[in-house]
Amino acid sequence: MTKNKITSFLFENKVVVLFVFLCIGGTIASGQSMNFVVSELLTRIARNSFLVLALIIPVLAGLGLNFGIVIGAMAAQIAIFFTTHWGFTGVGGFLLTALLSTPLAVFFGYLVGKLFNNMKGAEMIGGLVLGYFTDGLYQLFFLFILGGVIPIDNPKLMISTGVGVKNTIDLKDTIKYSLDTVPMLTIIEFGFYIAVAVMVISAVVKLAKKQEVNWKRTAVSLVGLVVVYALTFLPAVEQFLSSDRLRLLNAVELACFGTLIWQAVKFALCKARKTDWPRNRAIAACIVAVVVYALTYVPAIYNVMVYVQLPVLTYLCIAALCFFNTALMKTRLGQNMRTVGQSRVVANAAGINVDRTRIIAMIFSTVLASWGQLIFLQNVGTFSTYGAHTQVGQFAIASLVVGGASVQKATNKQAIIGVILFHTLFIVAPLAGKELFGNAMIGEYFRVFVSYGVIAMSLAMHAWKKVVKPKLEANAAAGASPAGEAAQ
Amino acid sequence: MDPTRYILKMENIVKEYSGNRVLKGVNLSVHPGEIHALMGENGAGKSTLMNILFGMPVIHGTGGFEGSIEVDGQKVTIDTPLKAMELGIGMVHQEFMLIPGFTVTENIKVGREISHPTLLSRLAGRSMELLDFDMMARDARKALKTIGLKVDENSLVKGMPVGYMQFIEIAREIDKTGIQLLVFDEPTAVLTESEAARLLDAMRTIASQGIAIIFITHRLDEVMEVADSMTILRDGEFVARKEIAGSSVVEIAELMIGRKVEKLVDDTLEDNRIIKEDDLAVRLRNFQVAMPGEAVKGVDLEIRKGEIFGIGGLAGQGKLGIPNGIMGLYPAEGEVQIFGETLNLKRLGEALNHRVAFVSEDRRGVGLLLEESIEQNIVFSAMQVNNKFLKKYGWFRLYDAKQAHDWSEEMVKRLDIRCTGIKQAAGRLSGGNQQKVCLARALTLGPDVLFVSEPTRGIDIGAKKLVLEYLVKLNREEGMTVIIVSSELVELRSISDRIAIISDGKLACILKPDDSDAEYGLAMSGAYKKKGGGEHA
Repeated sequence: MTKNKITSFLFENKVVVLFVFLCIGGTIASGQSMNFVVSELLTRIARNSFLVLALIIPVLAGLGLNFGIVIGAMAAQIAIFFTTHWGFTGVGGFLLTALLSTPLAVFFGYLVGKLFNNMKGAEMIGGLVLGYFTDGLYQLFFLFILGGVIPIDNPKLMISTGVGVKNTIDLKDTIKYSLDTVPMLTIIEFGFYIAVAVMVISAVVKLAKKQEVNWKRTAVSLVGLVVVYALTFLPAVEQFLSSDRLRLLNAVELACFGTLIWQAVKFALCKARKTDWPRNRAIAACIVAVVVYALTYVPAIYNVMVYVQLPVLTYLCIAALCFFNTALMKTRLGQNMRTVGQSRVVANAAGINVDRTRIIAMIFSTVLASWGQLIFLQNVGTFSTYGAHTQVGQFAIASLVVGGASVQKATNKQAIIGVILFHTLFIVAPLAGKELFGNAMIGEYFRVFVSYGVIAMSLAMHAWKKVVKPKLEANAAAGASPAGEAAQ
Repeated sequence: MDPTRYILKMENIVKEYSGNRVLKGVNLSVHPGEIHALMGENGAGKSTLMNILFGMPVIHGTGGFEGSIEVDGQKVTIDTPLKAMELGIGMVHQEFMLIPGFTVTENIKVGREISHPTLLSRLAGRSMELLDFDMMARDARKALKTIGLKVDENSLVKGMPVGYMQFIEIAREIDKTGIQLLVFDEPTAVLTESEAARLLDAMRTIASQGIAIIFITHRLDEVMEVADSMTILRDGEFVARKEIAGSSVVEIAELMIGRKVEKLVDDTLEDNRIIKEDDLAVRLRNFQVAMPGEAVKGVDLEIRKGEIFGIGGLAGQGKLGIPNGIMGLYPAEGEVQIFGETLNLKRLGEALNHRVAFVSEDRRGVGLLLEESIEQNIVFSAMQVNNKFLKKYGWFRLYDAKQAHDWSEEMVKRLDIRCTGIKQAAGRLSGGNQQKVCLARALTLGPDVLFVSEPTRGIDIGAKKLVLEYLVKLNREEGMTVIIVSSELVELRSISDRIAIISDGKLACILKPDDSDAEYGLAMSGAYKKKGGGEHA
């Protein structure tokens, strides 16, 4: 029984298992230190996860793997060009860019959604070709309209003739690392203000609509917030929080202690409210936390942990998007999206506006993709005007698929696992190729082959399932009824 | 039950589709808490009537309809499905409108989820409200309890037995607040007998709570068992509204079929055939075909050499599965003998090699190469199967254009195919002429046994007559065994020697063309075997 379970688990996750082996093998063959691989990997996770997570909503809404995120990336790049031109810098510049790219992405997402509604069932190939087509428009805009139609006087950004934008734009003095390096202290401070603002607005809205306000609960939360905020004024805490990146070791320690404290609080709450306490799960969580903490004392792991630094706000953004994806699916809109994704006929019969739901899903995805591209570019620091967006779709989709997602099903977990595996391979494949064959290109070829291969495989399996399924069902139906009658 | 109160009253409903009258003044009235059967053959207008009741776009996109609808004594206009829903009219669909990947609760509540407001929804509208899964599960449990289905409301629909799905579908309709009238569209068609019996029980339970039910079915025995009253339609005309209590099965069957047998074919040809009972052309033993929507579930049949044999039955009962299965177009099991030789059903083209030809009911899909010329269409099967129309040059064989041309010209003349010439693309021809091309191709194979499936579907009366007469001529003059599969009883009865009626994938009985309408009606409604079986002709 258990053997069967293991076999079926391995079979269902065959893509993930395959890539785990490839990554381990590649890492060993590359002969690189863990310090290098892990720090490089964490940088890439921070850079790419947001884009990959932006793909989940369309998958759930039945639009398949959204190759159209390229268009979101373009919206971000147009916004970046203008904010760079106007000379905005730092995290303020970053936020302004995000603000500017959002309406553009909403508009583009609406158009793409409209188009996809006219080609139901062929969204993926449509998105892919649309990506190439819009690349042409994008080039027209950057090569001719900027400078040619819209006068732009900026010798740093423009080609010497004054018409068309230069090949690369350096973001070093503007928004490079603007999101990555926001100190934790600032984050907590802003978090505090926002939380207070939300509470006030909530209370005001409720009052305005003459609904009951739970004053006791509001007061307790407010006190809690103030206490947390006050803690940051302790000198030791303040010093720890004011660094602009978080050491991986500290992050792991915080997570372990956080888990323990959280479980204790939950235990106390459950006892106080006399509700069921999920004992086994809680104990398992505590054991995992303790074991992970113990592992940090292993010298090899300790070395890596001390070396690697995390961009805090970027990771918080990724976590927030994971949370958003989950929360959205629990809303009326999210349920409509899932219904539309599972069956448009049923959704229609249930009175759901299928086309509108699909367009909203596309708008969400496009906007998220544009923010994802901003996070990517602020981390990379240079912006290749005509190339930065071209691979966005393929790489994000390959990551998602490597994580075990399919055309109809994708989760946050799959996205994160996919990013880790895909980018591990990204880092080690060329190096492994160099070590094994004396030529980095062979590893590079292998990586490209694998990343496109896995997309092709996913699409082929999707098509195959579609063909095979109805046949099997027909057979089952024909076979089932006589058997059912014979049983009587 | 208050006999003067009607929950639904449709009067004098007339509907035309581009000049073609499909409903000619139909009445339908249902009391509250009554199970009302709506009966009629395929094409009698039942679905059109229901489409009108539900305000389907197909009705209003084609010019609307005449007549009036009253719900609970109030005159109403139903122009969208949503309106019908608001008036408390629900439908249990024949093909399930369920999502396999959702739980029972989610399926029951689809589109009508219960949610509670959040801060975001107060700012951005109702669509951002959070779903309340506890409340939804409670409602689902209640609906499931009403119809007596014991199933965990949190389990996925995927993998459940078909019977359960039907019940979940019903539970969803019951759950709608203010439901007054439920339409069941052939609900028992996909169920096993025990499941069907449970469904009928559930229908009684629902009706006892004051909800009226319109029960569309072909199965007379079920109607007799569960319904209180019935409306019978025939060819778009209102035949009768009857109380079940005072009527017999035979009477109802007669009302459903009830039409004179008009001879479609002139009997001018001499009939000097000698048909022997033990000289068999086709013999089927426990024959099963997995054709979606037309599954055959174990048929034994003996077709004699030289006869015209009809196979009839309602749509979806499996009559089309028989020829398609024999030709190997769908996976089939059981034993098939052609002139005593057993076919290997796993091998495609086996039937063709035994000189069996088939004219498919799916002319444009299976029957013809639409973009190719008439000539190509006529000769290509024979070229593939019999190596006809090929000239041998050493090792290779090349297309013999002259022979093909001459033969095609002859077939065009013989069958009176109206075309601009044999090079015309088959897809450009009218339905009747396309059918003749299909027939010509089958004949080019020089078959001993010819299966013709729905030969007159979608063709006009003149062409119909010609096709049928030609089939008779082939049979009389060349001694070909012709098996004609058709939904139109009239044409089967006008040319066949014997007619097998297929019901629910099985042979109901074999009738003679001059048997009474009542017997045909009973056989087609699946009530035949329950009446003690019939004498085989």
